[in-house]
Amino acid sequence: MIKVLKPGLATSVQDLGREGFYHLGIPPSGALDQYALRAANHLVGNAPGAAGLECALVGPELEFQHDALVAVCGAQMPVLLDGREQHPYTAFAVRAGQVLRFGFPKAGARAYLAVAGGIDVPEVLGSRSTYALGALGGYHGRKLMAGDVLPVGQPSGKTRAGASLPMALRQALGGEVVLRVVPGLYFHRLSEAAAQSFFTDAWTVGSEADRIGYRYKGGDALSFQPREQPFGAGSDPSNIVDSCYPIGSIQVPAGLEPIILHRDAVSGGGYAMIGTVISADLDLVGQMQPNQQARFLPVSMEQALEARRSYKKKLGYLAKLFG
Amino acid sequence: MAEPLATTPIRYSFGADEHLFAEVSESMSLEAFFKGLAVTRAVERLALEGVLDVCLANASFQIRFDPDRIAPEALLEAVRGAEAQAVAERSLNTRIIEIPVLYNDPWTHETLMRFRDRHQDPQSTDLEYAARVNGLADVDAFIAAHSGAPWFVSMVGFVAGLPFMFQMVERERQLQVPKYLRPRTDTPKLTLGHGGCFGCIYSVRGAGGYQMFGVTPAPIYDPQQTLAYLKEHMVFFRPGDIVQFKPIDRRTYDQAVADVEDGRFDLRIRPVEFSLDAFLADPVGYPKSLQEALA
Repeated sequence: MIKVLKPGLATSVQDLGREGFYHLGIPPSGALDQYALRAANHLVGNAPGAAGLECALVGPELEFQHDALVAVCGAQMPVLLDGREQHPYTAFAVRAGQVLRFGFPKAGARAYLAVAGGIDVPEVLGSRSTYALGALGGYHGRKLMAGDVLPVGQPSGKTRAGASLPMALRQALGGEVVLRVVPGLYFHRLSEAAAQSFFTDAWTVGSEADRIGYRYKGGDALSFQPREQPFGAGSDPSNIVDSCYPIGSIQVPAGLEPIILHRDAVSGGGYAMIGTVISADLDLVGQMQPNQQARFLPVSMEQALEARRSYKKKLGYLAKLFG
Repeated sequence: MAEPLATTPIRYSFGADEHLFAEVSESMSLEAFFKGLAVTRAVERLALEGVLDVCLANASFQIRFDPDRIAPEALLEAVRGAEAQAVAERSLNTRIIEIPVLYNDPWTHETLMRFRDRHQDPQSTDLEYAARVNGLADVDAFIAAHSGAPWFVSMVGFVAGLPFMFQMVERERQLQVPKYLRPRTDTPKLTLGHGGCFGCIYSVRGAGGYQMFGVTPAPIYDPQQTLAYLKEHMVFFRPGDIVQFKPIDRRTYDQAVADVEDGRFDLRIRPVEFSLDAFLADPVGYPKSLQEALA
């Protein structure tokens, strides 16, 4: 068992997420940075999809009630065990009674803590991930609070302290981020000027950035092609008849601030989506800090699939290394 | 309309490498919804390897897929095939559900007063405003129109289990109300909302921009699945469901809430067959025949 002394800003139990319920408004949820959760799980000998803790910006303070093997991947957040900093991206042993806490992130926004055996909350709809809007899954359907006690499963014993992620398999975080986007959906609704400036402007992560979506600001306002609004669509030119939202899709309410929906997305609504961040770059979105800058790069489906293949190749290396 | 919707091809566009988006029509109509319903059902019947989720919306739909298991172009081809087959379907076996509503209730009233600065008309309530912009004499006339004809659940989503609903009346009689100028940060659970031409029931408490008309005592989303009608699934509504609102008074509402707490609350649900052509031929009389199933 792990006792939560301080919950941190937004710490939740996440695995790789649930599929098949988005048509009922229940999004996939799961780690925003799927690669980091997988890597942390590998380091402690878990299956890559075991549930861990997603720790956003301000990490939690945790008291371990039994010996455990732990690893943290993702954001560069110093990990302190009874005040002693641990080697990053490396499994370490925790003894019963020891307290783990986090320093401030130097780069990235979300650290993923895996413990050998995984966080053993019940599966709901096939996943242990927390979907807080629907009070579903995870630990009582919500982010962690002080006093929570998290059950831990049976460790596999496959790895031990010191298991470390090779440099080539660590993520590059921080700095200006390039997010690859397949234009489409309602991209044709943008004016010619907006269709260009969206990709040439630099966009900064605003304060409204969470598991549901990331809001960006700083670029030119985006205008839409004039039209008589269709019946049921609403009066603003950025409105459409409420439709489904792809995970990673970008909407621009009133043309002002683009929002990228992430894994806790609202499943639909009435704002035109102008494109979608490719699956291989969604991890990067979840690692962006407020005020960090991004540029959007238009890519084709073929390029999106190629990027996905490279991403999967990296997952393959991880699995081989620790399998 | 230049071309009948049934034969107008659907517009497809990929949402990067994991989603296929399909716009049946830019504007809302029962025909557009019905066509989307028919095509998505045909796609589900194909049981395609790699299709993770088929999500139906009001006048569009979306397929979430795993491109490692089905190539995007192969999926598109299969969906176009389903579209070609599905246009002939004009009827639907579904169910009609009676949802009790306490209109003009104290909880949404308290909430709407709290957010008056975000409303188009801070001097009236949401119901008074909705009655006026729809040219109806008063709040009672609005409630009579709102509960007078059944509604189609045309989409489930936004948040878990929230039904979007489209009323089964001719376009001239569709109730239309703009959303709040700025969304509220709070909406009571089980609030009856309305934005544009769509009604909704807020399945959970939270942010919202729709006008608020009342509350239902009937839970429609519950991960604990306490009530009988939620045993099969924690989400009650499905697109294609037909909803009939029944105005109730405070005493009936309180009793229903007590029944919910005791786990004995139930809903009146009856099977019906809906025919699009019968509706289009008689948009006033046909919905009444559906209501009779609840009698």
